[in-house]
Amino acid sequence: MLTYTIRRLILAIPTLLFIALVIFLLLELAPGDPMAEMPLTIPPEVKERMREALGLGQPWYIRFYLWLYQFFVVEPQYWIDALFGTNLADGAQRIISFQSRSPVFDTIAERIPQTLWVVGMSYVVGVIIALPIGIISAYRQYSWFDNLGTFISMVGFSVPTFFTGVLLIVIFSVNLGWFPSIYDTTLVVNDWSSFLMQLRQMAMPVFVLALYNAAQISRFMRASMLDNLGQDYVRTARAKGMRERVVVLKHVLRNSLIPVVTVIALGVPQVFGGAIITEQVFKVNGLGQLLIIAIHGNDVPMILTLTFIFAVLIVIFNLIADVLYGFLDPRIRYD
Amino acid sequence: MLDNPVKKPLVKVRDLKMHFPIYSGFFQRHTGNVKAVDGVSFDVFEGETLGLVGESGCGKSTCGRAVLRLYDITTGSIEIDGKEIGATPQADLRPIRPTMQMVFQDPQASLNPRMTVQSIIQEPLDEHTKLSQKEKQEKVWELMDAVGLNRRFAGRYPHAFSGGQRQRIGIARALALNPKFIVCDEPIAALDVSIQAQVVNLLEDLQEKYGLTYLFISHDLSMVRHIATRVAVMYLGKIVELAPREALYASPQHPYTEALLSAVPEPDPSLESRADRIILQGDVPSPSKPPKGCNFCTRCPKVMDICKETEPEFKEVKPGHFAACHLLDKS
Repeated sequence: MLTYTIRRLILAIPTLLFIALVIFLLLELAPGDPMAEMPLTIPPEVKERMREALGLGQPWYIRFYLWLYQFFVVEPQYWIDALFGTNLADGAQRIISFQSRSPVFDTIAERIPQTLWVVGMSYVVGVIIALPIGIISAYRQYSWFDNLGTFISMVGFSVPTFFTGVLLIVIFSVNLGWFPSIYDTTLVVNDWSSFLMQLRQMAMPVFVLALYNAAQISRFMRASMLDNLGQDYVRTARAKGMRERVVVLKHVLRNSLIPVVTVIALGVPQVFGGAIITEQVFKVNGLGQLLIIAIHGNDVPMILTLTFIFAVLIVIFNLIADVLYGFLDPRIRYD
Repeated sequence: MLDNPVKKPLVKVRDLKMHFPIYSGFFQRHTGNVKAVDGVSFDVFEGETLGLVGESGCGKSTCGRAVLRLYDITTGSIEIDGKEIGATPQADLRPIRPTMQMVFQDPQASLNPRMTVQSIIQEPLDEHTKLSQKEKQEKVWELMDAVGLNRRFAGRYPHAFSGGQRQRIGIARALALNPKFIVCDEPIAALDVSIQAQVVNLLEDLQEKYGLTYLFISHDLSMVRHIATRVAVMYLGKIVELAPREALYASPQHPYTEALLSAVPEPDPSLESRADRIILQGDVPSPSKPPKGCNFCTRCPKVMDICKETEPEFKEVKPGHFAACHLLDKS
């Protein structure tokens, strides 16, 4: 398994370099100009000098190489410096956002906690409610519980988050006034009441996203359980005289979890990607919102860095899903 | 009715019916039943092997599973080892399960792919006995020896075994709780011919060693002839004939049995050419709509008018030889 993991990691390097190149070329080919939002009064030759100051005068391969160098060499040096107080980077040029002129990674570090809290929590909540719903729905197939679950998943899956989000705001913030409609990032949790406040402002975005995630995962869980419930070995377990609980939880559930775990693992990168729309609706200033703003402003280094990080996460979690598969299913051996 | 009065029945099945409901239409109304097993009665005597034969879809497997109450049966009474289990709820059946076990048809699918051989065989012991881990380990090894599996394979998963070996795992699993009665549901159908003989011989050896009683379900008439003490022939959810092995193979009373036996391949080519095959016309009627009268009347080569009107009675035509056919009424 270790050999397999290492081999996959090494093979991931060319894949990721290619992805980086594709993203870079896409942004290069896309129309738009980082100077587009500058005042029209700036004379063209000054604009040209500003472009050159951003490094846009260089040919694309030089810029691509410099970005790679900054991403893989300079930025890690800064992280090591920050951790151990060394001076490896020695004031080298970091990846700078066109918009804010601050290092891209500083901005990302500021945004990550909100995204992890809100989107990550919604994923956890979604999984926690999806698994039991899927299991019970499958075990009592076509019962009222299953039919209700099917209906709710259908609604959760098909109604977009910008609709459910706004609907919740109208009901719970505007009419009932239970929850704030805007997520306040400046809130510092230091006592019980501020903790409650944090919970209240997280409630609605978490619910909206959890509904969406749970709808998907509960369907997978149900389908996978149904696949296994009809298997012969389940009848064997019953014939052995095992308790129904053991039959369902030990025999059926463990076998059914294999594909579901993969689906859950593959969904994790989306958490880091943030839920772009939901973050906009509830004004959560997470990574999703950051990406949208960067795209608006043609902030190439920011877009490139963010999308590349997402790509890295997707590749890594694909690998994690495959390795998990090997652990969960004895029939799969990679070595 | 006993051919050997010393023997007493271990399993008594009376008028067993297993109907699967059909729901159809927009409102999923109950519109009919698949009468997979429709009024079956037989005894299995202690230490004997009752062969249950019939063509595909006649309800053999359903009958075997229903006898072990792997289904909730429609009606009927099942008595195993003196206990009536026909209407017992599933939860109350669990303590009785050790007495009655089953060897399944598909050795691949009937073993949990995520459990090692050790845990597959040991699980019933965990559930039904209070042995220590060491005793359980001993027992698992003992069982693996008994079915001819190498002890070193205990930590392996089912996929690492061949079909015959998997069936041995299934047999060891069934034997773990010292059952008295084992239903073998086509245990050899999924196996290679060369392996079939091994498994059948193993089953016979185990029967002798542990004094087991088998209900051996199969469509392989030669194999049943080899292993069974008595043979029951099923057609469309009903037993049409039940007799000691020799009597059944020598003088079949029911036209369906005759036809079935005539279909057994004859290894000797000179005899083969002389064999007069009875070729049945048409298909088996749907078990959801069995014909009026005798179930076999649509295909019987000796059909009479009465067959299409009244159902023949299942009765003893010779000592220990039962059949259900109107032809036998006249004599």
